[in-house]
Amino acid sequence: MADYYKMLMQDVRFREGLNACMNCGICTAICPAAEFYDYDPRKIVDLVQSGNNEDIENLLKSETIWYCGECMSCKTRCPRGNTPAFVVMALRTLSQKLGFFTESEKGRQQFAIKRTVGENIFKYGYCVASYAVSPEMHLEQGPIWKYILENSNDVYERLGGQINELGEGPLRKIPDDAREELKKIFEVTGGSELFDDIEIHSKRKASEMGLEYNSEGIDNEYFIEVFTANNNKHHEKS
Amino acid sequence: MKTEGKKRVWSDYQKEIADDHFFYVRSCIRQSFFPGSEQFFLHFMREVLGKDVYENPSHTTCTGIGYHSDIVPLSTIMTVVARHFALMKEEGYKNIAISCVTSFGIYTEIIETWKHFPEELEKTREYLFKATGREFDVPVNMAHTSDIIYKFRNKIAEKAKYRLINHRTGDPLDVVEHIGCHYSKMFPKYGVGGAEFPNVLGGMIETWGGNVVDYPERRHCCGFGFRQYLVQANRGYSLSNTVKKFSSMKPFKPDLVLTNCPGCTMFMDKWQYTMKEMNGTAYGENGESIPVLTYEELAGLVMGYNPWDLGLQYHMVQSEPLLKKLGINYDPEDKFRTRDGRQMPVPENLINA
Repeated sequence: MADYYKMLMQDVRFREGLNACMNCGICTAICPAAEFYDYDPRKIVDLVQSGNNEDIENLLKSETIWYCGECMSCKTRCPRGNTPAFVVMALRTLSQKLGFFTESEKGRQQFAIKRTVGENIFKYGYCVASYAVSPEMHLEQGPIWKYILENSNDVYERLGGQINELGEGPLRKIPDDAREELKKIFEVTGGSELFDDIEIHSKRKASEMGLEYNSEGIDNEYFIEVFTANNNKHHEKS
Repeated sequence: MKTEGKKRVWSDYQKEIADDHFFYVRSCIRQSFFPGSEQFFLHFMREVLGKDVYENPSHTTCTGIGYHSDIVPLSTIMTVVARHFALMKEEGYKNIAISCVTSFGIYTEIIETWKHFPEELEKTREYLFKATGREFDVPVNMAHTSDIIYKFRNKIAEKAKYRLINHRTGDPLDVVEHIGCHYSKMFPKYGVGGAEFPNVLGGMIETWGGNVVDYPERRHCCGFGFRQYLVQANRGYSLSNTVKKFSSMKPFKPDLVLTNCPGCTMFMDKWQYTMKEMNGTAYGENGESIPVLTYEELAGLVMGYNPWDLGLQYHMVQSEPLLKKLGINYDPEDKFRTRDGRQMPVPENLINA
């Protein structure tokens, strides 16, 4: 078995986020995720600081590490200067690197995020852009959003925007050379490797689950499954 | 009276905000959902105050939403941000003005990481050079654009056409302020008033005549939670947290919600619609929902800008109840018109319409 604690220690967020936890539970008291999920950041930090490799492996495969919303409220309040959310971020990174994220319903969702936000970065140069937020996948945006997209040019022109045109201004087209630089940065720094890891392990999991997987896009059974599946037990106390 | 000790205690809560010559970086969410807000900021800074604010068309996403949903590694986002710093250096700018609280939090985290782990700074320099041939300096001054509006809040008050006062009763409007978690919860020293006494929005509200509402869940997250909204199956987390916040503020009868972060603005606007659709709940008075405004939109209203040029009609919760309280003489016929005055279709089923 690999030494997961040692692997976590290579992440500066883990070294910064975990000093010594005294189990006071202030992080859990203030945590928005703990309010609605079966989630207790105190327990995560306590488990990780124990250094028990088997327990850490189970955690890396669990639903638990995917409940945090990364609001970082725990960073402000920890009397020992720990940041449970940084510990969670390091755990999530390692879980994806090792392919363990596909073992949980919430972990498998990384594939959906990679295929939407992740690919927007290369396609548009933005994480989010109006034309990439479809009303069908975002019903809560309401009728005004559908209206804005149906009347995009007129709406944004009045407000100073210039959809898909080069130059300054909101929603301008990001020049090709700038998007090319983003891509090179991803290749040099390990960003593309993480994207590849997410794809490889998701493809394997799709096959295990007997679901259709396409090498691109969101119109495939595995994407729809991970984007929408909810066993409705995440709030139940274990 | 000796004041040295007091000054020292409060120094942690002060923020130095540059006066001029800003390198302006847009927000993915603000420019998509509230483009009129960014345009107000630029117009106010350049045309009203005569400041130098430079926008580089080659600036891209900071990848912050990807980073906080864990599909972008730390080393990648550090290098993307370093590229932004390189664009600044190439154009001769040292002060950065950031339009997004997620980005602002990212910038603070990265700069603090480089201080705590200098080897990460060196590694980032190597990565950026290898990927793009560019070199960078760390900005001298870093401000969220709300910090800059806060700095010039008295100038806005001097030029104000309206004050945050109910023109019928003469009472100050009750305003909920929501500063957004990543503004100062992570690295308090970068925020006006830190994490304990954040005053970036409160200062604007009081200067412009309003009353800041204190309520139990004032500092609770808006509910975004990154992956908790991005993936449809998780949106119960996002909505539940917003409901917690609105249920807490409801008894205080706020006239509006003022927000710092573009994501928070969007969620607090759109989730009110969702709650009304789901179970008929409205959190304002008289069965109305509470208008949610960006600080640029509010500053624009105070200064007498046309609300429809600010983009208030493109929120789900419409602002007419607020405009009426402020005594703003708006033109309903101009609401859904193009820049050159052509009538557009009128959207249906908006809230407060």
